[in-house]
Amino acid sequence: MKSGSRLERVLTSGRFAVTAELNPPDSADPSAVYDRALVLAEVCDGINATDASGANVHMSSVGICALLTRAGYEPIMQVSCRDRNRIAIQGDLLGAAAMGVRNVLCLTGDGVQTGDQPGAKPVFDLDSISLLRTARTLRDEGHFLSGRNLDSKPRFFLGGAANPFVPPYEYRPQRLAKKVAAGADFIQTQYCFDVPRLKKFMAAVCQAGLNDQVHILVGVGPLRSAKAAEWMRKFVPGVVIPDAIIDRLKGAGKGKQQAEGKQICVEIIQQVREIDGVCGVHVMAYRQEELVAEIIEEAGLLPRRWQPGRGKKRSSEEASH
Amino acid sequence: MRFLQNYPNLLVSAYQAVERLLKLFQRWMVPGGFVERVFIPLEMITKGPLFDCRMCGQCILHSTGMTCPMTCPKTLRNGPCGGVRSNGKCEIKPDMDCIWMQAWERSARMKTYGQEIMIVQGPVNHQRKGSSAWINDLCTDVERLPEGWQP
Repeated sequence: MKSGSRLERVLTSGRFAVTAELNPPDSADPSAVYDRALVLAEVCDGINATDASGANVHMSSVGICALLTRAGYEPIMQVSCRDRNRIAIQGDLLGAAAMGVRNVLCLTGDGVQTGDQPGAKPVFDLDSISLLRTARTLRDEGHFLSGRNLDSKPRFFLGGAANPFVPPYEYRPQRLAKKVAAGADFIQTQYCFDVPRLKKFMAAVCQAGLNDQVHILVGVGPLRSAKAAEWMRKFVPGVVIPDAIIDRLKGAGKGKQQAEGKQICVEIIQQVREIDGVCGVHVMAYRQEELVAEIIEEAGLLPRRWQPGRGKKRSSEEASH
Repeated sequence: MRFLQNYPNLLVSAYQAVERLLKLFQRWMVPGGFVERVFIPLEMITKGPLFDCRMCGQCILHSTGMTCPMTCPKTLRNGPCGGVRSNGKCEIKPDMDCIWMQAWERSARMKTYGQEIMIVQGPVNHQRKGSSAWINDLCTDVERLPEGWQP
C-alpha cells in the first residue's frame, strides 16, 4: 500500500470504484462543504475537491480537504499548476498529507481566460506530468525538488487526468503512458459522452499493458438540459458532447430534460463498466449533487460494487453464504 | 521560415552540423562570457524566425519534434493538455493550432529522436531564461534540472 487510502484499497482489491466531485462553495461557511459532502459520502469511495476548476475562484481545495479530513471523509485533493509555483505546491502537498489527505489528483489546470478573472497571471511553473513526478519524489525518495530531505515522507495515492475525447486522439494513450511513467497510480478522465471513442482509447491502453499499471476511472455526469449541454461544450475546456446526446435531451421535452440527462448518465455508466480496463467511475454532477446517489443506485453500483471480471471469486464466495 | 519545422529531419541534420562546428570552439564556450554575448543575438535571429523561440535557455526541440514547447500558452513541456479543441485549436487561443498536435506528428516522422517525446521533462529553470541554450548544452556543468529531480 502506497497510501492506505480507501480509494487505493478499493481499487487494488478489484472492486469497482466510485468517486464524485464536490462543487466548491463560494462561502466562508464550513457547513456549505459538509452539506454537500454528506450526500456524496454515502455512495462513493472518495470525494474530489476541485482546485478552482475552469479558472473560477471558489473555496480552495486545500481548505475543503482540511474540512473533509476533519470530519473523517475521504478527499481526493486536486492540485492544478495554473495558480501556484513549485514552492507553493510542494508546501501544500506536505500540509495536505499532514491533515490526512491520501489521494492527490495532479492537473495542469484550465487557462485563466476561461474563468471569472481572465486578467490573472497564469503560472504553469510545473505541468501535470512534472507535478506527478514531484509528488512521487516527495513520497518515494523523501526529498524536495531541491534535493533537501524531508523528516517524514507523505503517503500519497497519486492520480492524473486523461482526456481521450479531444485530439490528438492517437497519441492520447501515449500521453497516459507518460503519466504512468511519471508516477500516476490512478486516472480520472474528462466527461465521457462518446462511448465508442472511449472504447478505442481503452483498447489501445490495454494493448500497451497500461491497464495493469494504473487504475482508470471514467468521468461521467448528468446534463441538466439541452441548453446546459450546449453551454458546457462551448465554454468548458475539453468537454465534448456529441449532437446525438443534445438531440436526445431536446427530444425529451420541457420539464423532462433533467430526468433524461440522468438516464443518459446511468446508461453511460452501465456501458463503460463493461469496457476492459475500466476500474471505476468519477461522477461530476455540476450543481446537481443530490442526483449522484440516485445515479449510482440506478446504475446498479450499490450496495457492493464488484467489477465485472475482477474480484469475481470474492463475490461468488459471498453469494454462497 | 516556420514551414521548415515541417521538415524535422532536415532541422536535426542542420543542428548536428552546427554542433560539430561549435564543438571545435568548446573551450571558449562558457556561460556569462564574451562568446555568450555574441551567441544570444545569434540564437535570437536564427531560432526566432524558425521556431518562434522564447529564449528559455534550455532547448528540448529534439524531444518535441523540433517544435518549441514554450510557444504553448501554458508552456507545457510534456505533451498536450486536455483542453485541445475538436478542430485541433488551442484552448486558450482559439485561432492558434495546438503546438503539441504538431509536435507529436512531427516527432512521429523523426528518424533518430522520434521516441524522445516520451521522456518525462523536468520543470524549466527560470534562471536560465535569456541565456544561450547552445552554450548551456555544450557546457555539461551547467545545471538545468533541480537537484532533486528524479530522471
